[in-house]
Amino acid sequence: MSDLATLVPERDDTSHPGHVEVCDLEAILPDTGVAALVGGRQVAVFRLSDGRVFAIDHHDPCSGANVLARGIVGDAGGDPVVASPVHKQRFSLTTGRCLDAEDRCVDVHAVRVDGGRVAVASPD
Amino acid sequence: MKTSPATTPPETAGARATAAHRSSPRRVVVVGNGMVGHELVRRLVAADVGHRIVVFGDEPRPAYDRVRLSSYVATRDVTALALAEPEVYEHPDVQLRSASRVVAIDRDRQVVRTDQGADEAYDELVLATGSRPFVPPVGDGDGPGCHVYRTIEDLDDLVASVASGARRGVVIGGGLLGLEAAEALRTLGLHTTVVEFAPHLMPAQLDAPAAAALRRHVEALGIEVRTEHATKRVVRAADGRPRALEFADGTTLDTDVVVYSAGIRPRDELARDCGLPVGERGGVLVDRTCRTEDPHVWAVGEVAAVDGVTHGLVGPGYAQARVVAARLAGGDGEVPDADLSTKLKLLGVDVASFGDAKATTPAARCVVVDDPVAAVHQKLVVDDDGRLLGGILVGDADAYAVLHQFHLGGEPLPAAPITLLQPAAGDAAPALGPAALPDSCTVCTCSNVTKGEVRAATAGGRITTLAQLKAATNVGTGCGSCATLCQRLMEHELEAAGIEVDRSLCEHFPHTRQELFDIVRTRRVRTFAELLDGWGTGSGCATCKPAVASMLATLWNEHVLDAAHAPLQDTNDRYLANLQRDGTYSVVPRVPAGEITPRQLIVLGEVATEFDLYTKITGGQRVDLFGARLDQLPSIWQRLIDAGFESGHAYGKALRTVKSCVGTAWCRYGVQDSTALAVQLELRYRGLRSPHKLKSAVSGCSRECAEAQSKDFGVIATEKGWNLYVCGNGGMRPRHADLLAEDLDTPTLVRVLDRFLMFYVRTADKLERTSTWFERREGGMEELRAILLDDSLGICDELEAAMADHVASYTDEWAATLADPQKVARFRHFVNDDTPDPDLAYVRERGQRRPVFDHERELLPVLATSGTGRSDGQVGG
Repeated sequence: MSDLATLVPERDDTSHPGHVEVCDLEAILPDTGVAALVGGRQVAVFRLSDGRVFAIDHHDPCSGANVLARGIVGDAGGDPVVASPVHKQRFSLTTGRCLDAEDRCVDVHAVRVDGGRVAVASPD
Repeated sequence: MKTSPATTPPETAGARATAAHRSSPRRVVVVGNGMVGHELVRRLVAADVGHRIVVFGDEPRPAYDRVRLSSYVATRDVTALALAEPEVYEHPDVQLRSASRVVAIDRDRQVVRTDQGADEAYDELVLATGSRPFVPPVGDGDGPGCHVYRTIEDLDDLVASVASGARRGVVIGGGLLGLEAAEALRTLGLHTTVVEFAPHLMPAQLDAPAAAALRRHVEALGIEVRTEHATKRVVRAADGRPRALEFADGTTLDTDVVVYSAGIRPRDELARDCGLPVGERGGVLVDRTCRTEDPHVWAVGEVAAVDGVTHGLVGPGYAQARVVAARLAGGDGEVPDADLSTKLKLLGVDVASFGDAKATTPAARCVVVDDPVAAVHQKLVVDDDGRLLGGILVGDADAYAVLHQFHLGGEPLPAAPITLLQPAAGDAAPALGPAALPDSCTVCTCSNVTKGEVRAATAGGRITTLAQLKAATNVGTGCGSCATLCQRLMEHELEAAGIEVDRSLCEHFPHTRQELFDIVRTRRVRTFAELLDGWGTGSGCATCKPAVASMLATLWNEHVLDAAHAPLQDTNDRYLANLQRDGTYSVVPRVPAGEITPRQLIVLGEVATEFDLYTKITGGQRVDLFGARLDQLPSIWQRLIDAGFESGHAYGKALRTVKSCVGTAWCRYGVQDSTALAVQLELRYRGLRSPHKLKSAVSGCSRECAEAQSKDFGVIATEKGWNLYVCGNGGMRPRHADLLAEDLDTPTLVRVLDRFLMFYVRTADKLERTSTWFERREGGMEELRAILLDDSLGICDELEAAMADHVASYTDEWAATLADPQKVARFRHFVNDDTPDPDLAYVRERGQRRPVFDHERELLPVLATSGTGRSDGQVGG
């Protein structure tokens, strides 16, 4: 899928206006994330083993690297989080807040799963 | 004892009667060195009134924590059972005579006689002889394959018996200790059955519904339960070993090993023989000051019948020890009503019972929560005024510590009893917390420490770990049941003061790494999900997941990228490469001992050139290649593997390198072939997952060109063989390694190293280096030598076998990854686009590239056109 045009699927586009399909749900191992390019933005999409799917920025504001999808997924007091693989700061998957550096946060993106396909709200 | 009986000045009876209140020195003889005897000695020394104390102990070692005896089966580590202040026996006024038994007391002469025929005079005599296991009258029940469960030696015998080919085991007795023994048999790999005479398990503490819930848990562990079975005889095979049990009803049960755990009997013979009165059911009769009818003879612990009643729990024994120590120091005090609460943790099953658990008090009312699906049974017994008389918690005993305090405090409960067990709709947690307790309440009944004292000890963050709190206040050093409460109290205080708190492994597991390791190993846990389900909460985090992944890898050697394990791995292990600051990775192939062929060097150069990787030779004698994008890793590694390289595990908490000098092969000074040995060691231990990364070196002579003494394990050649140094390095706090053994031949060296590494891997805490692990162990190098060279714990065969398994099951992770298209598919920056990360940017420095710093990004066009640097801009694409 090197051509961005192929990202806009024919089938589900109308059912989720503004959402961009990125992959099959099965392409994400439970409790891990993948990075996706959504409308030019790097987005990290996580699939939890309880079935929930979240999307936040892939860019780690603490290190400046595009790596958050590669962090370890877990929970902090029940709230799902991902720990940046660079210096382990945790980001809430529900609010985007950084739990370990109060002045940092990332954007949270709406995500839907339909017919086994994961679609992320385009930031534009 | 400095004074012999012959030179003791005679005293009148009248003078003796007031002796305890006089200034010292007095000669105190303590018969028995169990937990209670130890507590007494500790308290006597602390009182600092100059008593000369002689302690006799049957067992060949100082007192240890018998309450946690079962853990010995898994670890075989006696040092882990140490009680508080083991150093009291080094006090100049204290003499411990281990493996020495008192056989008679002469109260007229005030001397005790030992089994070696020696006499020891006393001014005050304290009997702390404890109890012995009761062996029920079972036909043919005494002989090989039949065991009791009381001392380290009993467990050693049991382990030896099991090791001689047993497959099935039976525990006779379904009480608290019986279930512990059953767990031990299970741990030893036996198919285990518990046989109980009563209609249900733990009849002394539990009612029938609670016991039913417990039974569901026990059976879920794979332990069979037979209640209402009276054992008639042991059926033996021709060789004398047990073959089966025959019950009173004529049925039989096949078994190879029998463990009796049917109660205890006080060891009161010494008292009986010297004419001291004993209780109706045995035990040395004492009053509430623990004094016998002889004013100079006292009794404490399981041998003492206070007002005629004996107790088999350590808490009441500690209370008695405190009273006697205080009285011998001239103070006063009486033992309070015994607290008979018990809390048991059968690896994963919580069972607690306290107070009037069976609701025998008139007008007692019960609130019961029974969830047969989750096998949880909770019962609170309250009176008309809302005071908590007692309770039972099976399956979920989180509330025990606080409930127990409310029971002891005797004040009305702060909320409706049901809300203490089950949160009301909408509430996040039960209406209980350590903050609700008054400062005056005693949180540790064994050591008599109040909540206020714990708060004082932790004030201002002077103490941040449970270990420190134990050392400072003695909480949790007796039966240990208050440890959770004390930890929570401490955390509460620290958090209130804005101080970060050490919480075992992390918020998801209330265990240390070693405890979790033992659970994973003995319960054969194969996945993180299984461990979390049984022993943790929540969904895990970046602390516990990699730690558990490391244990699973150490024990079972499965591929770290398998679907069950991949989510546990931080990016390094997940992509088998080291993440660098811009999100790209370094590639580090193994170069065993730094020995590399010219052809391989050329391949490294070619790959680095082709992918424009920054190349650096490291201190560990390897060539690191930096700047590989995620999507490039598989093709880079394919090239390296084709050239004979394999993963160097630079990304893992694992063996990194074994550095070497050139040794006798080329060096004019070398006395042994250090390179060959370093290659051998690196290949043997490659891929070994450990709590912290491991580094090693081999030097061919004492000039130490490989710097072996600064490694986790290092070897230096001698004329006669190899000297082995361990526990050096230390990272931020450098530490020289210590000499473990000298002049070893190569096979012996390898065997000792196998043992050392496996022992460290199994007993270290998370991210604990060999150096800190070593410094934390109390026995120092002597102890390590005893364990690793003399096999003092009897675990060396097991450690060697574990290492042999590791060596046999090693596979190269990168080769395995490349052979699996599904794993290879994960190596791309975007799941939906083949372009690499568009934000990567580099500058050239000293002929190679490095990632830009943020402040350089705006200068990129300048750098790109300047003479000294050239931006690669967007690499790839």
